[in-house]
Amino acid sequence: MTRTGSYSGHARIGIMEALPWIAAIAVFFLLPDYLSLGARIMIYILFTLSLDLILGYAGIITLGHSVFLGIGAYAAGILSVKLNINDPFLQLIAGSLMSAVFGLASGAVILRTKNLTLLMLTLAITAIVYEIGNKASWLTGGADGLPGVQVNPFFGRFEFDLWGRTGYIYCVIVLFVVWFVVRRLIYSPFGAMLTGIRENTPRMHALGAPVYQRLLIVYTISAGIAGIAGVLMTQVTQSVGLNVLTFEVAGDVLVMLILGGVGRIYGAFVGPVVYMIAQDLLAKQFPEYWSFGVGVLLIFVVFFARGGILGLVDKIAARGRTP
Amino acid sequence: MSAPALETRDLCKQFGALTVASNINFRLEAGARHALIGPNGAGKTTFVNMLTGALPATSGKILFGGEDISQMAQAARTKRGLGRTFQITSLFRDLPVLDNVALGIAEREGVSLKMWKPASSYKTIRDESMAHLETMGLAAEALLRVKDLPYGKQRLVEIAIALGLKPKVLLLDEPAAGVPSIESGRILDVLADLPKDIAILIIEHDMDIVFRFAQRITVLVQGAVLVEGAPEEIANDQRVRDVYLGEGGHD
Ligand SMILES: Nc1ncnc2c1ncn2[C@@H]1O[C@H](COP(=O)(O)OP(=O)(O)O)[C@@H](O)[C@H]1O
Ligand SMILES: [Mg+2]
Repeated sequence: MTRTGSYSGHARIGIMEALPWIAAIAVFFLLPDYLSLGARIMIYILFTLSLDLILGYAGIITLGHSVFLGIGAYAAGILSVKLNINDPFLQLIAGSLMSAVFGLASGAVILRTKNLTLLMLTLAITAIVYEIGNKASWLTGGADGLPGVQVNPFFGRFEFDLWGRTGYIYCVIVLFVVWFVVRRLIYSPFGAMLTGIRENTPRMHALGAPVYQRLLIVYTISAGIAGIAGVLMTQVTQSVGLNVLTFEVAGDVLVMLILGGVGRIYGAFVGPVVYMIAQDLLAKQFPEYWSFGVGVLLIFVVFFARGGILGLVDKIAARGRTP
Repeated sequence: MSAPALETRDLCKQFGALTVASNINFRLEAGARHALIGPNGAGKTTFVNMLTGALPATSGKILFGGEDISQMAQAARTKRGLGRTFQITSLFRDLPVLDNVALGIAEREGVSLKMWKPASSYKTIRDESMAHLETMGLAAEALLRVKDLPYGKQRLVEIAIALGLKPKVLLLDEPAAGVPSIESGRILDVLADLPKDIAILIIEHDMDIVFRFAQRITVLVQGAVLVEGAPEEIANDQRVRDVYLGEGGHD
């Protein structure tokens, strides 16, 4: 089901919406060997959710979302390695803010354009930021990245442990908080307004909505959330490298969102889970076929399942209802 | 003497070599019931698009209540009280009818930046949307998606949205064109009931509607004002008969 702020609907949390959290808790107890993969999936869900906000709700198409993940990730790394600031929450807030500020600054330029121009500009910014990350090695460690990131124990007590328990719980809690906020946002008048822009931008202008300003706001929020995902990535892996700034990451997150279903909130949950588990199972065994498989899958989704996995679920459910 | 509700001075528009508006000097008086007529392609819709800011004028000035709004963004003009309907229906087709109206009211009321409480908890907006839908006879369809409505009713949604904006000046671009007579009757009744202080400009091909509604008529031909006057003057103007009324078979 597509989820949208609506003046005619309601915003109650449904039973199905508890599923991700039940699953997250079940994984903790039942699959203790998979907690580091679990944490990575949580981080990607967070990242994909931030993309859904701009792509699925506001209709902004971007191939450069990795920039915001990367800035958050590097902010945390630099804070720890260069400035010896190892408080996890301080890193989280600073990384998110840095990313949001960059979202605001870059959005102020690129959101004046649309369609292909916008897409090209997001690509250009990704390339530029990657190159800065590569060349400014005094700050970023260049091609070596920044290993040895430190994170103080949470509340002075809970350290990152070898089994990834603390990291997993931390990621789940952060994701939960962000999910709650994003869900409120999407069901609010702001979310309804974004949907209006996506559905019919000229009409929103005629209704008196300063569209550019509104897009800039949501772009900034999305960048801030992607930055949080980046910080988590650095904290959990205790390092940061150029890989977070690549086109590949920007492409991956887009694929995950499209796979799960765009503009549905939970597409951003389903997509990364399916994609990353499949990657974990298949990419190591059949590395030569992985990209090929992703390509075929994408073709299938765009031709036969435009709403992604959740769209298919909707269709099947609808068929079940009509006798 | 008070400023007109809306005024243009030497408004021009060119699409490449094509001149669609040439030096249009036009006044819409406060509280006016004014019709803009002219053959297809005369530039009527383009004129409205320039007034609202959907299209930039090539040159000339637009004044709203005496204030120069020529450089103002479209959204800002709407906020000042310039409302319109679209000749080619422009709705949120996948959203419920009620939300189509509510989104405009939310902009007018300045709640669109609220990010925490659910939209559905803004009861006053929902109630007001519902009231406009009732006015248009659409209460029963409030929760249907626009794309599931027949065309005539979609045209009524256009009007309901415009009412929700509570405009001071309302520009209606062929609101009743292609609409079955039940719905067009409804449109005319609603227009007749609008508060007298709203200035209305209507573009319309149906001469019955024009003569029933308008106190003043401007005839636009090939981007230029051919003549402007009271309905009787226009009806008896030979030039108008030649280029417009006489032709017949307009849509
Ligand atoms: N965006 C545009 N680009 C180029 N030509 C246009 C555009 N919009 C309208 N026109 C042309 O301008 C002329 C006037 O169109 P329009 O304003 O829609 O007329 P009317 O509403 O009086 O029927 C037509 O010849 C039309 O083809
Ligand atoms: Mg027209």
